[in-house]
Amino acid sequence: MLGNYLPILIFMFITLMMGSVFIILGKLLGPSRPDAEKNSPYECGFEAFEDSRMKFDVRYYLVAILFIIFDLEIAFLFPWAIVLDQIGTFGLASMAIFLGVLVIGFIFEWKKGALEWE
Amino acid sequence: MIGESWIPEFLMPIWEWLHEYVQYTIFSGVKALIILLPLFIVVAYYTYAERKVIGYMQVRKGPNRVGPKGLLQPFADMFKLMFKEIIIPTNSNRYLFIIAPIITFAPAMAAWAVIPFTDTLVFADINAGLLYILAMTSVGVYGVIIAGWASNSKYALLGAMRSAAQIVAYEIAMGFALVGVLMVGGSLNLGEIVAKQSGGIGHWFFIPLLPLFFVYLISGVAETNRAPFDVAEGESEIVAGFHVEYSGMTFAVFFLAEYANMILIAMLCSLLFFGGWLSPVPELAGDSIGWLFGKTAFFMLLLLWFRATFPRYRYDQIMRLGWKVLLPVTIFWLAVEGVAVYFKIGPWFG
Repeated sequence: MLGNYLPILIFMFITLMMGSVFIILGKLLGPSRPDAEKNSPYECGFEAFEDSRMKFDVRYYLVAILFIIFDLEIAFLFPWAIVLDQIGTFGLASMAIFLGVLVIGFIFEWKKGALEWE
Repeated sequence: MIGESWIPEFLMPIWEWLHEYVQYTIFSGVKALIILLPLFIVVAYYTYAERKVIGYMQVRKGPNRVGPKGLLQPFADMFKLMFKEIIIPTNSNRYLFIIAPIITFAPAMAAWAVIPFTDTLVFADINAGLLYILAMTSVGVYGVIIAGWASNSKYALLGAMRSAAQIVAYEIAMGFALVGVLMVGGSLNLGEIVAKQSGGIGHWFFIPLLPLFFVYLISGVAETNRAPFDVAEGESEIVAGFHVEYSGMTFAVFFLAEYANMILIAMLCSLLFFGGWLSPVPELAGDSIGWLFGKTAFFMLLLLWFRATFPRYRYDQIMRLGWKVLLPVTIFWLAVEGVAVYFKIGPWFG
């Protein structure tokens, strides 16, 4: 059973190699004439006057947290969905309760404005 | 498909001397290349098709100088990018900067390992195929974040944050749509999901799952950062988004990954919702790989068509669509589907 995954490992290794080979090829074939102007970070016509490791909007963080909640939920739904036709009323009802709780949480987030982008 | 009879006579003694595992590894490697190399050709000509299709939609001709009707254009582009300098910005994290394109590219290609082309023609027939694809397409977001961070450029960082938030938001809707497919498919194995749809066009999953199909297609476009959801590289705002500092082959690798992902989305649409290699009318025409390629080509065209037709969404509109429209629609439809499976309605939920 697990042996089925060996070809996938080989496949992944080949794709990793391909990506690396492309970049190494580019490095070998392309010229390399660095100068200070060329290597400075892109800026709209003036010199970069501050570091770009700056503060960014907290809403990105919020999106990440919401993502974790809902992605976990999907992870729970996957095995349930596959055996749905075998687990009958009990399976359907328990997932209905689970989804119900989540929908309440979702409505709460919505009303609190966690999903708003100005 | 590939057998020992393919090996030339004079290499046979060496081959037999090799260990069984080494032989197996070589066979797998050759099979992997048989999938990957044609994929490269398709990716190359997809970029050409994109420029041609959008060109004709805008009443111009598109590329037509390199080779007959511009057919050699993708190769010209490739060689140009290969001979360009790879610029590594002064303040960047050098190693992360180089690794980021590879992290985006490798999973985008590796996802193809479990795609079945017919009921027998599949590289790795694992029973968690769909889960594997979901995992591989999720890893791509790391490449985006690492690229934006490692560049140490404001435009790249902003673009990366936007892209990552967008990809992550639409992955939720996409995951829910896939749960819907699993409920009727009853398996994570892509081959079995397609087999469940046999019996003509009336049995394909897009009929009972129509809302989920649209959700899947829309989130597929958003996942790949394509128009109309391409704010990450909205030229007028943040130049090229997370790959603004990338040049030459490092840029090309990002580009290849994006197009390979688009083709993957098109392929999955036809496998999960449109019966893959199954014929729409089995009485008239048999199942064949041609059907799969035809359906995939249609969805690939659709992705280009979107770009030529729709104006770009604003960022807040994108987030609103993902969280407030697609997510409620999928949850509602999952509830409907759960009841339908419970009462075994129609030919699909039996």
